[in-house]
Amino acid sequence: MSQSNRLSEGGQIDRTRMVTFRFNNRQLTAYAGDTVASALLANGIHLVARSFKYHRPRGIMGSGAEEPCAMLQVGWGAKSVPNGKATQVEVYEGLEVSSVNCWPNVEYDLFSFSELFSAILPAGFYYKTFMYPEKWWMHYEKWIRKAAGFGVAESEVDLDRYEKVNSWCDVLVVGGGPAGLAAAKSAADAGARVVLADEKAELGGGLLRSRNAQQQTWLAEIRKQLSKSHLVTVLERTTVVGYYDANFLVMNQRLTDHLPAASADQSRERLWRTRAKQVVLATGAIERPIVFGNNDLPGIMLCSAVSEYINRFAVTPGRRAVVFTNNDSAYQCAVDMLEAGVEVSAVIDVRHSGPNEQLELLQTRGVEIKLGCAVIGAKGRNRVGSVKVASLAENDVPLTGSTKRYSCDLLAVSGGWSPAVHLHAQSGGKPKYDQDNSCFVPGDSVQQEQSVGAANANFLPDDAIAEGVRIGAVATARALGQDTDLDGSEETANVTGKNALGIQPFWRVSDPGSRLKQFVDFQNDTTAKDIEIAAREGYRSIEHLKRYTLLGFGTDQGKLGNINGMAILSEELGQNLAETGTTTFRPLYTPVTFGSIAGREIGPQFFDPVRKTAIHPWHLEHNAKFENVGQWKRPWYYPIGDESMTQVVNRECLAVRKQVGVLDASTLGKIQIYGPDASQFLNYMYTNAWDSLAIGSSRYGLMLGENGMVMDDGVTSKLGDDHYYMTTTTGGAAHVLTWMEQWRQTEWPHMKVYFTSVTDQWVVMSISGPKSRAVLEKVVDDIDVSNAAFPFMTFRECTVCGVPARVFRISFSGELSYEINVPANFGLHVWNEVFEAGREFGMTPYGTETMHVLRAEKGFIIVGQDTDGSMTPIDLGMNWIVSKKKDFLGKRSLSRSDCVRLDRKQFVGLLTEDPDIVLPEGAQLVDQPSIEYPVAMIGHVTSSYWSPTLGRSIALAVVKGGHTRLGARIYSTLMSGESIPATVANPVFYDQQGERQHV
Amino acid sequence: MLLINCPWCGPREESEFSCGGEAHIVRPLEPEALSDEQWADYLFMRKNIKGEQDEQWYHSAGCRRWFNAQRNTVTYKFGKTYKPGEFVDEDEV
Repeated sequence: MSQSNRLSEGGQIDRTRMVTFRFNNRQLTAYAGDTVASALLANGIHLVARSFKYHRPRGIMGSGAEEPCAMLQVGWGAKSVPNGKATQVEVYEGLEVSSVNCWPNVEYDLFSFSELFSAILPAGFYYKTFMYPEKWWMHYEKWIRKAAGFGVAESEVDLDRYEKVNSWCDVLVVGGGPAGLAAAKSAADAGARVVLADEKAELGGGLLRSRNAQQQTWLAEIRKQLSKSHLVTVLERTTVVGYYDANFLVMNQRLTDHLPAASADQSRERLWRTRAKQVVLATGAIERPIVFGNNDLPGIMLCSAVSEYINRFAVTPGRRAVVFTNNDSAYQCAVDMLEAGVEVSAVIDVRHSGPNEQLELLQTRGVEIKLGCAVIGAKGRNRVGSVKVASLAENDVPLTGSTKRYSCDLLAVSGGWSPAVHLHAQSGGKPKYDQDNSCFVPGDSVQQEQSVGAANANFLPDDAIAEGVRIGAVATARALGQDTDLDGSEETANVTGKNALGIQPFWRVSDPGSRLKQFVDFQNDTTAKDIEIAAREGYRSIEHLKRYTLLGFGTDQGKLGNINGMAILSEELGQNLAETGTTTFRPLYTPVTFGSIAGREIGPQFFDPVRKTAIHPWHLEHNAKFENVGQWKRPWYYPIGDESMTQVVNRECLAVRKQVGVLDASTLGKIQIYGPDASQFLNYMYTNAWDSLAIGSSRYGLMLGENGMVMDDGVTSKLGDDHYYMTTTTGGAAHVLTWMEQWRQTEWPHMKVYFTSVTDQWVVMSISGPKSRAVLEKVVDDIDVSNAAFPFMTFRECTVCGVPARVFRISFSGELSYEINVPANFGLHVWNEVFEAGREFGMTPYGTETMHVLRAEKGFIIVGQDTDGSMTPIDLGMNWIVSKKKDFLGKRSLSRSDCVRLDRKQFVGLLTEDPDIVLPEGAQLVDQPSIEYPVAMIGHVTSSYWSPTLGRSIALAVVKGGHTRLGARIYSTLMSGESIPATVANPVFYDQQGERQHV
Repeated sequence: MLLINCPWCGPREESEFSCGGEAHIVRPLEPEALSDEQWADYLFMRKNIKGEQDEQWYHSAGCRRWFNAQRNTVTYKFGKTYKPGEFVDEDEV
């Protein structure tokens, strides 16, 4: 029979819209407005899950985010959500859900044999047992992971779209229960811009489980008013999941998960990043279970959940019920059940009195009220069938001699209420223990927030509303900076009085003789005994206990179980709960999908941006292999046909040395420097002097950190009296700009000098080789390019292929070389023209690998390859560039005792005795070939190549005292244990006089 | 996410900024006149205060300007922020 437990009337569901859904491949019906939990209960299904460790049958305990057990795989394929809580997933037409952590099915789970071994599976079992031998862990782990665990994370690509919103408001109200609704209205009435976020599908909070006519009228009215107010934004299905510094809150809004099919242009979830001037936390309270034997059986539920299923969903979760409580609120649940036609056998109250009015009402309707008693154990297979009740002695220990058994298919439990202090704690507040209400309540506010209603232990709706009204106004006054007599802080204590629900602390039924398991954390199968063992083993800190027993580690984050666990530990240690304290409440409050966090920035292009030069399409056409340099894609080499990389590099190198090559050097950092103090500023930045540079000339510069170590290098040219054009290494461009800005702004703000990054504005093509002048001559329109008219280390502003250009005669290859700079938008045009012009001279495009070989043949350093942040210019043998006269950044450090040591690692060339051996870069260098460890390392290889020009291998290295070792034989030890002899040499291997660039 | 008050732009998200360490370290005018110890003191030694500290901050993903900020290294709370060359009257803090 379908929906056999659905009441014929009542509830907030839409009876005109029947929907069908599938649970474990079984087709069921429900109504629009149902959650999966209410729909399953309406169909008489309690058993929905198996527990984590023992695979015990589990049912639905709660009605919201606190649910620890009823987790389901929701949907299928790319849209599937693992571990959806049945109490939160809304039913829609065609929804498919299935149980997790069970095989072959939830009714007959073969893994439940693990419970037979439970005696040997106490807390820390895995730690203790599978520690040794360590290398076996990988085998254990596979087995353990198969037996434990929950839903399956989908491996298909998520096709849904997720979006983010940045927002602000004057007052953010979290929670749409009576306190939150009242606060939102009160704040808006006072003129604040209000956002009201509630995690459920409809506003009402605790009022959703009430059938009090007066409250329902109030709820309907205030919902109407809020929806009309232009100052209030109501966000339903929106959970405030994180409260961060400076009143920054993150909210997760679910937009389409309750719809059968979302259209393609609809986002699935929206992540709100919100700054609120004031926050009102009306997050309510979570009802607590009580720890007793077999307290995890399906059919054992929280009283609040029972009331919510009856009054909100018109579903009766059972036919014959028992209530077990330590406070007044459970009596309303008993009344609700009676009115819904559920037989209530008994109310078991650990106290010696109850709320008179309801108590009498229940008694007149034949409900047995057992005061001073407790449920000590439940019995049943896959569903509670009966409970055993005993009287309590003075010390709350059950008198097991006189027990009575009640048969029932539903046990409604209330162990009191825990205010949801999570967000308050995340904001930096420290929850404090309230002895009167036996719960943790928000402590002093650290940020601009206040808690109201049940979240502040004002459990009665009328009190919560009154408090909401007052605090809503206070929050507005503060947010708008108004003077106010209102004070939120003093009066936030309970309105009606202390302990309005008459809660008497009672966490756990003490029943030492029983073999029944008493569950504390239902999701992780942590039992009271586990906590006892941990306490005996010396776990005194709640944080350590948590990690040892997994208490509160689940997807529910211990919303139900933690408080009982803390109480049991306190009992074991003979201290009070305030001394034990809570574990840390960390974001997120409930699980959030990765999709929501990632938003729309999905894909490799968002992982790291890719920069391409204007010539990139040409490189692709010419079969370039690319190398990543920072974020840039640079051509590495250009194979023709099936050439190997070595063949390509040899061909490209020889083309440059003998004819002409062209390199895309657009990625070089380029900084325009303006201002009357530009020369003076450069004097500080570079080790050499800049005052004397003539307009139209270029100069190489070495930049040091203030510690004297080489940071960057490049050529800077003087365009005018107050105008320079600086180039930096490709990777160092951003850092150099920031570095210069910092000095200019913080140390020399009086200097009139300004910097502009123009890296992307210019395309640079470097044409190198003996024929490069002939090529330039063909493409340049208006200047004399002869050696006399356009000498080395100068530049000319001219026109190249009709495009205004700057041509620099500088060289990184040692050959006659020109760097043609043109505005980037004309870059590809000029490149094509230049390449055409060069064709008759055998112009060859070359990539970074050839560039590296060519510069290594010349002993030119690459900052970051041949230097590592511990090399001074002296170490590099570049004393010639270090000014003795002027000050510059890093100068003083060069004379520090450590920088003048003679045994510093110094930059040298290295020639292997066997010219065919190319040393691996990074290879360690030693004095002696003998391999008797440890060997004193005297340096390492920084660059190493086959030189096609010289027909042998070459290497650059740093060697201790290397400058005085020229000609000495040292050894490179390889991973294989082999020692390769090599001779320390001048790092300039080719054209030592540097004549070729001057021709 | 902290809200940092850039004295040039106003309050902006923490993610737009980077920290440049201790503020008010003046580069010696005549480095060559200093002993190794004095130079090392300028170069390496930082107070690393537990509590209120003056720091340099850079609005790197914003106006790209530097400023000084008082920040509590224990609570992360920002106090006053001010432009280079300005100083805070200690009585105000």
